[in-house]
Amino acid sequence: MKRRYLKQSLFFGLVRLSAFLITLALLGIIVFLLYNGFKAITWDFLTLPPTDSMTKGGIMPAIVGTLWLTVGAIAVALPLGVVSAIYLTEYARQGRFIRIIRVGVNCLAGVPSVVFGLFGLGFFVVFLKFGSSILAGSLTLGILILPTIIGAAEEALKAVPQTFREASLALGVSKWRTISRIVLPSALPGILTGAILGVGRAAGETAPIMFTAAAFFTAVLPKSIFDEVMALPYHIYVLATAGTHIEQTRPLQYGTALVLIALVLGIDLVAIVLRSMVRRKKRW
Amino acid sequence: MTSRIRETIIRNLFALLAFLSVLLLGMIVFFLFREGLPLFGEISPAQFLFGMSWYPTYSPPEYGIWPLIVGSLIVTFLACLIAVPFGLLSAVYISEIAPAGIREILKSIIELLAGLPSVVLGFFGMVILAPWMQETFDLPTGLNIVNASLMLAIMAIPTISSISEDALYAVSRDFKEASYALGATKYETIVRVVIPAAFSGISTAVILGMSRAIGETMVVLMVAGGAAAIPQSIFDSVRPMPASIAAEMGEAPFGSGHYHALFATGIVLFFITLAFNLVADYLSNRFKEEGSGTL
Repeated sequence: MKRRYLKQSLFFGLVRLSAFLITLALLGIIVFLLYNGFKAITWDFLTLPPTDSMTKGGIMPAIVGTLWLTVGAIAVALPLGVVSAIYLTEYARQGRFIRIIRVGVNCLAGVPSVVFGLFGLGFFVVFLKFGSSILAGSLTLGILILPTIIGAAEEALKAVPQTFREASLALGVSKWRTISRIVLPSALPGILTGAILGVGRAAGETAPIMFTAAAFFTAVLPKSIFDEVMALPYHIYVLATAGTHIEQTRPLQYGTALVLIALVLGIDLVAIVLRSMVRRKKRW
Repeated sequence: MTSRIRETIIRNLFALLAFLSVLLLGMIVFFLFREGLPLFGEISPAQFLFGMSWYPTYSPPEYGIWPLIVGSLIVTFLACLIAVPFGLLSAVYISEIAPAGIREILKSIIELLAGLPSVVLGFFGMVILAPWMQETFDLPTGLNIVNASLMLAIMAIPTISSISEDALYAVSRDFKEASYALGATKYETIVRVVIPAAFSGISTAVILGMSRAIGETMVVLMVAGGAAAIPQSIFDSVRPMPASIAAEMGEAPFGSGHYHALFATGIVLFFITLAFNLVADYLSNRFKEEGSGTL
């Protein structure tokens, strides 16, 4: 009897230890970047372009570039994702067609980010002749986050009680009006959560934009969607690996990494808090 | 009547847009092949896959990606060796043991971990882990298989943990209560009843975690070291497939053999992850059909 409980205590200890170590890993990385990056963060760092062949100055063009790419990505993925989710939850009946779509979405979610980069290069940059540009990068990132948006939107739509739809249909309201006036508004907070998570994902990705949008260095801000831009994740990679002054620019690297995780984790945190509020406040 | 027409239009339009995901997947395949297949005018697929030397910029160039494939497989395997226990145990903690408050916090932590940009993890591995490993173990370089595997494990843990947790959570309460009624301890119930009942969900989680690890780019680009050779020990450098693509695409002249070879490497990578995903999809569907689960 004793031995059985001893085993249990050991196992529970191990389980708690693993949860603790995972927490430690996340906190360790955050604290490390905060500690090292904090000194680099000044007003000038955030508002000036890099100077002296990127050994001094700030990261403003990279911040602006990342914002452009992210806004573009969500502008592509949100409408497509919501429409796909509406079709999957509201219209489609079980069958081969819907099964194929689901497998397709799952497989799209599993495509490696560098392969999205290759696709963006082959299709948007070369075939459609967009060149390396905000447009090509946004479209590539948009496709990358599409499965995330579809998944979140589907979950939000499924959480709307069936009785809402039935009540509306019973009043003689058409299916589309029921969806657009009743179902979508009820699911909106959930869809928004998914969109925010998608934004966070898009902002942090590097590989998909390496060949489709990211510039090594631009001092000026983009004038149109056909311009190349600097981006935060790519800027970190460039400074940390490609420069001739890798050691000298360490503070800039830490600063950029801190700005990036503050942005990405901040966005994720907003989504997580929003979601728990939605769940708690649910009227039905 | 007009409203009926409108309904039909909307329905078909939405079906078409929903189908776009499948279409995009097809287009990815098409464009990978379009840019990758010309390579096989120069060398045979067997020479490409099993060729031992990757010297794309030499003349004559050699495009053998076997060392890259081996590099990818080794870091993925080692990453999973670390990530599977951590992922599974944390899932057990969240779904079976943790008090409600801690559960919510830990779930958020794992979600944030999943959201960490890979370039930041790569950077962390480069500036912290690599110098530390080099000094502690007296190695020629800290950018090696172990470093890359550790960082990849951090990326794979959230995937494995959250999907396993869903599977564990879905195990019917009846099973647990039946087990307790027979006098089993909580530990025995978890290990002999809950985990086996959630087995296919857990397998799905592990496969998706592996798929995530093998396709991950920035980490292996920054910390795997980049040596395109078959490693002799786990402290050697390797050049996994995604790292090679990301590092070299910028300098490969458009339309050159090198350019085509990188796309062809993308094809190999794509089909490996596609296979992982299809298996995961198959397993998770079987899992759903079981309903409350059968032992």
